[in-house]
Formats: sequence, structure tokens, C-alpha cells
Amino acid sequence: MSLKKLISNKTMAALAVIFTAFASTNAFAQEAAAAATAKPVDMGPIYKSTLFYVLLFLLLCLFIAIVGKAMKVYELTRESEGKSEGINWDLVNGVIFVVFLLVGLYGVYWEYTVHGNMILPEAASEHGKKIDEMFNITLILTTIVFIATHIVLFTFAYIYRHQKDKKAYYYPHNNVLERVWTVIPAFVLTILVLMGFITWRSIFYKIEDPKNKPLSIEVTSSQFQWDVRYPGADGIVGLKNYKLITSINNLGIDFNDKNNLDDQVADEIVLPVNKPVRFILTSKDVIHSFYMPHFRVQLNTVPGMTSYFEFTPTITTAEMKAKTNDPNFNYLLLCAKICGTNHYNMQKPVRVVSQKEYEEWVVKQATYLTNDLRKTFKLPLLADPAEKPAAADSTAKDTTAKTNQLALKK
Amino acid sequence: MSTISLQDTHHHDNHDDHGHEHHQDTFLTKYVFSQDHKMIAKQFLITGIIMAVIAMGLSILFRLQLAWPDKSFPILETFLGKWAEGGRIRPDFYLALVTIHGTIMVFFVLTAGLSGTFSNLLIPLQVGARDMASPFLNMLSYWFFFTACVIMMGSFFIQTGPASAGWTVYPPLSAIPKAIPGSGLGMTMWLISMVLFVASSLMGGINYVSTILNMRTKGMDLWKMPLTIWAFFLTAILGILSFPVLVAGVVLLVFDRSFGTSFYLSDIVFGTQILPNEGGSPILWQHLFWFLGHPEVYIVIMPAMGISSEIISVNSRKPIFGYHAMIYSLIGITVLSFIVWGHHMFVTGMNPLLGGVFMITTLIIAVPSAVKTFNWLATLWRGNIRFTPAMLFAIGMVSFFISGGLTGIWLGNAALDINLHDTYFVVAHFHLVMGSAAIFGMLAGVYHWFPRMFGRLMDKKLGYLHFWITFTCAYLVFFPLHFLGLDGVPRRYYAFTEFAFMEKWLTVNVLVTWSAIIAGLAQVAFLFNFFYSIFKGKKSSQNPWGANTLEWTAPVERLHGNWPGEIPTVYRWPYDYSKPGAEEDFIPQTVPFSQTMSSNLPHDFEGNTEAEKIQAEWELNNKPAKDTE
Repeated sequence: MSLKKLISNKTMAALAVIFTAFASTNAFAQEAAAAATAKPVDMGPIYKSTLFYVLLFLLLCLFIAIVGKAMKVYELTRESEGKSEGINWDLVNGVIFVVFLLVGLYGVYWEYTVHGNMILPEAASEHGKKIDEMFNITLILTTIVFIATHIVLFTFAYIYRHQKDKKAYYYPHNNVLERVWTVIPAFVLTILVLMGFITWRSIFYKIEDPKNKPLSIEVTSSQFQWDVRYPGADGIVGLKNYKLITSINNLGIDFNDKNNLDDQVADEIVLPVNKPVRFILTSKDVIHSFYMPHFRVQLNTVPGMTSYFEFTPTITTAEMKAKTNDPNFNYLLLCAKICGTNHYNMQKPVRVVSQKEYEEWVVKQATYLTNDLRKTFKLPLLADPAEKPAAADSTAKDTTAKTNQLALKK
Repeated sequence: MSTISLQDTHHHDNHDDHGHEHHQDTFLTKYVFSQDHKMIAKQFLITGIIMAVIAMGLSILFRLQLAWPDKSFPILETFLGKWAEGGRIRPDFYLALVTIHGTIMVFFVLTAGLSGTFSNLLIPLQVGARDMASPFLNMLSYWFFFTACVIMMGSFFIQTGPASAGWTVYPPLSAIPKAIPGSGLGMTMWLISMVLFVASSLMGGINYVSTILNMRTKGMDLWKMPLTIWAFFLTAILGILSFPVLVAGVVLLVFDRSFGTSFYLSDIVFGTQILPNEGGSPILWQHLFWFLGHPEVYIVIMPAMGISSEIISVNSRKPIFGYHAMIYSLIGITVLSFIVWGHHMFVTGMNPLLGGVFMITTLIIAVPSAVKTFNWLATLWRGNIRFTPAMLFAIGMVSFFISGGLTGIWLGNAALDINLHDTYFVVAHFHLVMGSAAIFGMLAGVYHWFPRMFGRLMDKKLGYLHFWITFTCAYLVFFPLHFLGLDGVPRRYYAFTEFAFMEKWLTVNVLVTWSAIIAGLAQVAFLFNFFYSIFKGKKSSQNPWGANTLEWTAPVERLHGNWPGEIPTVYRWPYDYSKPGAEEDFIPQTVPFSQTMSSNLPHDFEGNTEAEKIQAEWELNNKPAKDTE
């Protein structure tokens, strides 16, 4: 059988296609039916509605086909009358380009003003302000180029559309012009690079101010949660080792390191305003991304590698609520790196408060070290209230207070 | 299988010319295991189109989920079974959808479908060769690609589902089956498919390079090659140099997954289960992946640039502006694309010093891109633009390239990338510059060279319909997504329902999804046009667009060996359109200067004093005649 025959034998092919489709649909349907035996669903209306849309689409196709035929008839009659071809498609397309340009420009304006107003509020951190400055400069420059080139592109398309009596202008090159539009972008980009480079370095190469030491907070990511560890009174987040991870020591904190004894667990991130904070980022399982968009902060958390991001929050949550005019406003920590099934819901609330509020809050947080862990690490058990199984909240807090006092005494 | 004797007769005419063995083509050797570059190009194209339709379908599926996260679509359960229980796509299947959508689009459609089709079709035809340097390798290239496609699609039919760690398959997520169901057998199939794919594109690339370097016809020096060929040439070099690195990365990942090594894994704990791997680094994968991955995006866009340059020049009836600058900018992009991969990794926690360096190289690469854009605009200036569907798509390509390229300046800036990384801004950026610009370049190429492939023309009115709907909808889909990114909405989120601040974007998602559906339906116009025209389209003349390049000097019948007699000789560059003094508005490359005395310019002779003397003499003799004209 030759290919020609094979293809002309359309009915065969069509039948085969229909058969395959039908068979597989049937198979699926059977599976679905098996699954749905417990809860029979009336699929009738659903199929009908799907069929409805399919028919609607076919109707549209038919309509387009009819319009196409009508155009063809028109063109043929023009041709038989000896007139020029019916529709001047070059003109039609040229005009559509102009319309597209005008509507598009309005659309861009609309997007910038409507959707542009829905984006993140001003940066709530020191370095974020610099990033926002860069953002604005880049936005303005690229918008100018975007609009200008599109105006040129689409108006050229209209002005220089095909016309019978015209001839294109033979203009193969112009070295001056080419040099100009090599040098200008190069110049503009150099400025952007320099500014970006300086901003980038200022973010990642911080000179530590001995009077204003950053608060260290460790964040450990795992599917699909963030574990936050505050350093406790000594201000140092102690060592940990993934090999020590057990069901009661989910971060693998090594309590033989004294710095760990006062480390606190927190179920939200609370930051004092205007104080530098240094996040120590680690991951237990896969790569996640520590993303706090309002502070212009993002860094991946990588298993086997510790990374650091230091910044200074400048606006408290309460101030931001006023600024954004949104009583429900809250800072957020999200995961921005695909990390598994629940990637879309891996969050932690973040609050920025005054120094005083922070100090009040932080002493209330429990330590990681519990009596169970003390047993494991052969550390002296705590006396009295905490010795009783510390399930109740109040007891836990007592322990914290105690530990804090102990730490302070040290 | 029997022979197609009727269509085959011409073979006997031209066999003598290139010493081809006498044999009869069977269905199998002509259509399946063909070694003819034109047939292989069609195989690549049609496979690419099928894969594009599949990948587009996948995108519609996850767009449905994003627009109506709370709504149930029982029809989905009918087709997807347990992956859409109750008519709602499951989160892990959602991730599988985005992963496979990305993989198919980037590798199978925009690399194989684009380079595979047009490099195969145009390289021998435009440089004047009978076929590729190694037709057999060329055939293998297609069949490796086909196998890769089959294996990739096969992963939809296994219990744990396809790979779902994103198209960049970052370990440990992709390395540990426990991390996500898709990292089981589905990931293994992804890796096997990728190895086959890389083998395919290497075989293709080596062929393209050797054909261009060794098999150009008489007179076709490098500076007379059309920009398409330059683009394919540099693309192939990029592929040859960067794809092996991906294979190295993939092999190491296979070792980690199946043989217990620790190239990418270290210090990993699931719950309380401590994995034994030590000493590896997940960052290593990212370096290896993006060492290919970034050149890859230029592998995707450069052929589209070459195709658009050619089409814009032909249909503006004007020489491409700054031919040399176009080539140098392509070379610049090629070289620079190897040293910018780190801009995908600004926030991985790698040394910030590296981030600074990669930012510099990244923003430098914008310069050649800008030059190309301005040159396209200058080509349109004072042209006589014929809006064929191919031309429309080429102009659309320029528009998308500008829009998508400009946001690249934001993302290439390490400081700005901190907040934009892995958000919808990135999605919008690369969909404009790859998903739209490169696809438009590909579609432009299909409309333009369809007569060269099938001897028939596609319907132009359906082409217009296809273009305008797709062009509008693509902007409606991708433009608003920038703003989601600027609001800090991360990509690859299954639903926007868990965060209060994302809820305001739900209506935008509905708009985007509807636009995507309409754009998807518009492709029906293309598919119908394409397949209908193969059999029933209007017969094409030999040179339907009045183009200069060599492929239009070959007969419409598409002979095996391309030209019936001797391969034509090339005398001039391919862009002599609307040359003053010439009778017609195009002068094919095969026309010697001696036949166009009235239009020759001093520049044409490139310092050949003999020719200049002859021209001067002629001008002296013909001056009065010229004046009267």
C-alpha cells in the first residue's frame, strides 16, 4: 500500500483514531467508575456542558470558514472583473498594527496604574530602599525603551507597508548609526551595572558595627515548615549536627555546646525595628528559599551548606499597617524554591516590633532544651517545676524564664 | 510496504550527479528512516508541533487550576483519573505538569523542533549542498529525539507520575524519591530521555557545523551566508560545547539516585531518617545545569533571530541593516552566553563575589541584543513591507524580544534579582523572550518555508487570524504576570489560596487563563492550515516570496540531492533587495555581477581591482543611456 493510498484512505485512519480515543476513554471511564462506585456521580450534565463548549467552538470554526469563503468569493469576483485584488491586506495589517499600538499603549498605562498599584509596598529594610531605588531607575529606563521601540516598530509597519508604486530604499549599513546604538546601550548598561554592583556589595559585604551587633536568628527549612531558633541571652546560636536529629531533637542541636543551652524556639519571627538581624539559613532536606518580599530578602536554604543574610528592618508591622492602609497587613516568610507537594503553603508569620516589645516577647519563648534532651545529653536535670512533664504551656514558660536567669547569671 | 514509484522517478535523473547508489525508496526509507535532510526536517517539525500541542495542553491544565483553585472539573477526572480526583488537579500532579511543560517546550519544541527543523531544512539548501555531511547521523539524530519524546511522554503512564521537580530538576528534590512522588521512576525516565535528547542534538549539531564549514557551494564564503545560516552555525557550536556538560550533570544525578553516590547530596534528613550521603553539594548541579541552561536559552532564541532577520529582509524588500553587525552581535552573544550562567544562581548562597561578576557579564550581553533590535527596526525603515503571515510573526518576534529582553535587564541585576528571583516576574520574562519570541520565530519560519518543504502555500488569511489572536493573547497572558512577580508571588505555587495577599491576583489569573485558552484555540487555525495545506494548499511557484537565497533556486519538487544539475554558484551576498538600477527588486545570490552592471556598487567588489575596472569601463560606455532612463 503506498503512502498516497494510505492517506487517501481517510476513513480507515479516522476510524482508527476514533477507536483509540474511544477505547482509552472507556478504560479511563471504567477506572473512574470503579473509583466512584461508593459515591456515584451523575456525569451526564458534565459531559453535556463539555460537549456544549466543543460544539460552540465548532460553530465558531464554521463561522470563520463561512467568512473565509465569502472573502474568497469577493476576491474572485474582483479578479474576474479585472480589478485589483479585493482586500488590500497590507493596508489591513498595517492599520491593525497601529490600532494594536494605541490599544497596547493604553493597556500598558492601565497595567502600570492598576496592577502597578497592587505590588509590594515600599521596602521595609535599609538595603531594600537601595534596591527600590535601583528598581525605579531600571523601571524608568526600560519603560522608555519599551515604549519608544514599540512606537517605532508598529508605526514603521504601518508607514512602510507595501504600496505598488513604491520601492524600498537600499540601505545596507551605516557605521555611524551602528556605532551609536552600540555605544549608547553599552553606556547605559555600564551605569546600571555599576549601581547594581555597588548595591549588591553593600548588601552582602557588611562591615560589623561593634556597638550595634546584629541579632542572630537561625532558620531551618524542611518540607514544609520553617523552624526558627533564637540565640537566647548569650546572643549566640549554638552548633548543631544533622546526625543528632531525633524525634525530640528535630534540629539536631548539639547540647554539648554551651551556647545551645539557652537557645529558644519560636513559632513566629519577631524582629526589633532598626536593629540589624543576621539570619543563619540551613535546610534539612531539599533546597528551599527563604523569601521575605517586604524586606527585599531572599536566599536559598541549602542542605549541607549554611548561608547568611543580614539586614535591618526599618518599619514595624503597626506602622506598615498604617502606611498600606490595610489592618490585616502582615510581613511574611514564604518558600520561593520548588520544594515539593506543599511548596505553595510553606509560610511563617513575621512581625517587626519596637525594641521594648521585642524584649518582652523574647523572654517568653521556650528553650529548645527540655528535660528529655537533658537526659539524652547527660546534662543535669532541672529541679522543681520543670521536672514534672512539661506539657503545659505555663510550665514551659517557667522553664524558659529559669533558663534565662541561669544564662544571665553565667 | 511497497514503493511509491510514481513520486520516485526523479531520483533516476539526479542520481548520476552525486554518485548516489541506485535503489528504490520504500515507504520505510522515504518517510520513516529517511536520510534526506528535507524529510528529516519535516519529521522534526511535525514531532515538534505535536510536542508543542501537548505541552500547550498541559499548560492549559495548570492554568485552569490557577484560575479556579476551588472549582471542580469532573471532565479532568475522566481523563486524568487519580491525578485529578474529584475533578481537581492534585498538587504533586500540578508540579509534574509545570515540569513537563517546561521540559517539552524548552528542549523538544524550541531546541529540537526549531533548530532541528530549520537547520536541517535550510543548511544544505542555503549553503548549496546536496545533503548534510552525514545523512545517516542526521537520521539517527531524529530517531534519538523521537525516542526521547516517547520516553518523556511515557512517564505520564506510570504510577508515580512524571518528574515533578521543575524543569531544572534541582537535587535533592529530584534525587530522593521520598521528597516528591515524581522523583521516583518518573525522574529516571526524565534523565534517560534527556541523555537521548542530548545525544540527538549533538549529532545534529556536529552535522550542522561540518556541513556549513565543508560543504558550501562555489562562491559561498562565510560572509555571503544568509543570517539564518550564521545563526544555525553559532547555535550548533553553542550546543556542541554546552550540552555535554548537561550529560555529565545528568550522569552524576543518575549515580546519586541509583548507585548511592553523593555528588549532589549531603547532610540530608527526612523527618528523623538521616540519609548516609555526605560531602556533595546541591549547588554543583546548578552550576552544571546552568552551564548548559544559559547557552540553551540562546540556542532557543538565536535560530529565531536568524529566521526573523531573513524574513524581515525579504518582506521589507530591503537588505538587512548592518549585516556584519548582525553577525558580530550573534558571535558576541555566543561567546558571552558561556559566562553568564551564574545569574540564575544569585540567591543560591554562592559567594556574592561571583554574583557581582555574573551581573557584569549578564548586562554586557544585552548590548549585542540591543544592536540586533535596532538593526531590525532600521531594516523596516523605508522598506516596502509585505505582510505575509511569516512577516507578521517576524515582527511579533521583534516585539516580544524587546519586551522580554528588557525585563532581562532587571533580572540580570543581582540586587534586583534578590526580590524577583523565582517569582512570576521570571515566568513572565522568559515566556516573553523564549515562549513567545522564539515560538514566533519558529512560526514565522514555518509560514515562510512551508512552500520549500511541501511545495504548497499555507492560507494567508488563516495565517493573519492565527497571528493576531496569538499575538494579542500572548501579551494578555504574560504582561500581567510581571505584576504578580513584583508583588512577591513565587512561581510554581499550586494555589494562591493560602496567602491573603495573593487573593487579589485571582481575578488576574482568570484573565490570564482565558487568554491562554483563546490563544490555545487559535492554534487550531494554524494546525488546520498546516495539515490541510500539505495536501490541498495552493501550489507554490519556485520562488514565491521573491527571495535571494539559494533554497529558492532549487525546483519545487524537492529532489533528493536538491538541485537536478550542478549546484548553483554564488556570486553575491543574500540581501540585494531593491538595489537601485536593478530591474527587479531582488537579485538572487546566483546572479553574477556581470549580469547586473546597471546596479553594481563599488562596495560589491570588495577591492577586486579587475572587476572595478570592468565596471568603470561599462559605466563610462553606458552613461548616456543611464541618464535618459
